Amino acid sequence: MTFDPNLTLNFILLAMLVIVAGFVAATRSLLAAIILMSVYSLVSAIWLVVMDAADVAFTEAVVGAGVSTIILLGAILLTRGEVQKPKLSKLIFPAIAAVISGGLLIYAAMDLPGFGDPASPANAYVGHSYLVSTPNEIGTPNIVTAVLSSYRGFDTLGETVVVFAAGIGVALLLGFGERAATAAPQPLDPSGDHNVVLRVAARLLIPLIALFAFYVQFHGDLGPGGGFQAGVILSVAVILHALVFGLRETMRALKPGFVRAIAALGVLLYAGVGIVCLTNGGAFLDYDFLFDRDTVDAIPSGLLGDPDAIHHWGQHFGIFFIELGVLFTVAATMVTIFYAFAGRAPDAQKEAR
Amino acid sequence: MIDLFDIIGGGLVVFGALLSIIGALGVLRFPDVYTRIHAASITDTGGATLILLGLCLIAGWSMETLKLIIAWFLLLLTTPVAAHALGNAAFSAGHTPWIGTFRIMKGEKK
Amino acid sequence: MTFLLQHLNYVAVIILMMLGLFVTFSSGNLIKRMIGLAIFQTSTGLFFISLGKVQGGTAAITISPASPEAKALAAQIDPVTLAQAGVNGVVYSNPLPHVLILTAIVVGVATLAVGLAIAVRIREAYGSVEAADIAARDRVSLPGQPAEPLV
Repeated sequence: MTFDPNLTLNFILLAMLVIVAGFVAATRSLLAAIILMSVYSLVSAIWLVVMDAADVAFTEAVVGAGVSTIILLGAILLTRGEVQKPKLSKLIFPAIAAVISGGLLIYAAMDLPGFGDPASPANAYVGHSYLVSTPNEIGTPNIVTAVLSSYRGFDTLGETVVVFAAGIGVALLLGFGERAATAAPQPLDPSGDHNVVLRVAARLLIPLIALFAFYVQFHGDLGPGGGFQAGVILSVAVILHALVFGLRETMRALKPGFVRAIAALGVLLYAGVGIVCLTNGGAFLDYDFLFDRDTVDAIPSGLLGDPDAIHHWGQHFGIFFIELGVLFTVAATMVTIFYAFAGRAPDAQKEAR
Repeated sequence: MIDLFDIIGGGLVVFGALLSIIGALGVLRFPDVYTRIHAASITDTGGATLILLGLCLIAGWSMETLKLIIAWFLLLLTTPVAAHALGNAAFSAGHTPWIGTFRIMKGEKK
Repeated sequence: MTFLLQHLNYVAVIILMMLGLFVTFSSGNLIKRMIGLAIFQTSTGLFFISLGKVQGGTAAITISPASPEAKALAAQIDPVTLAQAGVNGVVYSNPLPHVLILTAIVVGVATLAVGLAIAVRIREAYGSVEAADIAARDRVSLPGQPAEPLV
């Protein structure tokens, strides 16, 4: 048996994940649990790179270590309180349940195909056929993007709608954050302004983050990236602005109503591409029918570089538009969720006083 | 034939990783927030810079090197700000520095 | 030994899953329960990605078989696997689990936010996010009447 550095790294990272999750389970401080969850996400992002899942690692790093930490922190700001010391008797039953079901699952997992087996049912059939057919049918180098937005475009439309619906749900529960926009401005700190360094750095960083989001968006069919990652990164730029300059300033620049409209526009754009395909005689979201013959002929053949290569223009533009729809919905939904949680903060502060 | 740059680069990566371990040890062992931030800064600056420099040497002249340099620039931009924000927040929350005259002023240490 | 190494990934993922389940079951705090659910959810993702890994494979981004990267990768894999699992002389990991988990992560954070929003509203209505307190308040207040805050 030869030494495999990737496999070793895999086991080390998994061990770290188990240790971090164990500490999350053991700690009674919610703040510590949230910071540990952020560490957990970062470690799992590194593990995902080892597993060749570059796109997923990207998403996990942005979502897990970034946005979900901020939302969880917002939630503990609004709920406060510590985890009460649990009674030992209350721990025994869950522990027994977890051990028994874990044991059964491990027993069942022994029948799974071995790790990394190229001939396993999961890897040999549908996954492999995507790898074979993508260069001929879609023409994007990143196969994950091709599967995400073309082969399984209907699935992704569903996911986008779920994200949109979740944003609406949070807004219905917590409001759109209007109270923060109308609340009195924070009184100045008498001991001086402590945030000069933060503001200067944020002014430099926010444009860079937004630029990076657009790079990730439009580079998504060539390398790791796409609408989901780019949307979350773009929302991080807005959240950073709100954290440093205050929610009022951010809401003046980016009105909650505008953000809501963008979230709906994204879903509309996505579904609209599908409708256009339908009216042109194809199936829903079958991008080969996105353009008719004349439009395809009108596209300059050198638009994507090599003029001699066979391009699937419908696929290219279809993926472009639906990824744009995903970007709109994901970014706007994340900002709406942040507005909803942050907009409640003045109430919590009032209550604390 | 292994390239000389590969050996030097690998050595720098290992040295950077060692610095990161020392930084992590400091975060665990140091007595208060401020000294811990100080220890963590070794991983941010020394460790990360050496690792990225080593990777640049291994990658040679390519797009990867440019991306590594951009990553290094962003690290240099963000980590001091994060350390500043952390220290500022700790001081605002009323943590007294363990080193220096603050504790004597507050009467916690004679 | 090889069998154990080939299945250790699944065991680790199941341990993570059970830790999440344990936190969800045992903790009375609603926020802590959401954190437990998040661990549970990511562990499923890790399981899918584990299944999709192909030994010696690379990320599912098409590279030309003539490029030096592709040649270096192909040199590490035995020819039988390369012929069986390779596409144009390069072995890729399975992209399908990546697609499923990528969207699941983003949907996961959105649904986590919904759960936390409900917890915030419960805190505003009951004055606590501890399941025991909430149950005690429900027993005290008569049905049909608005509950008085505890604090």
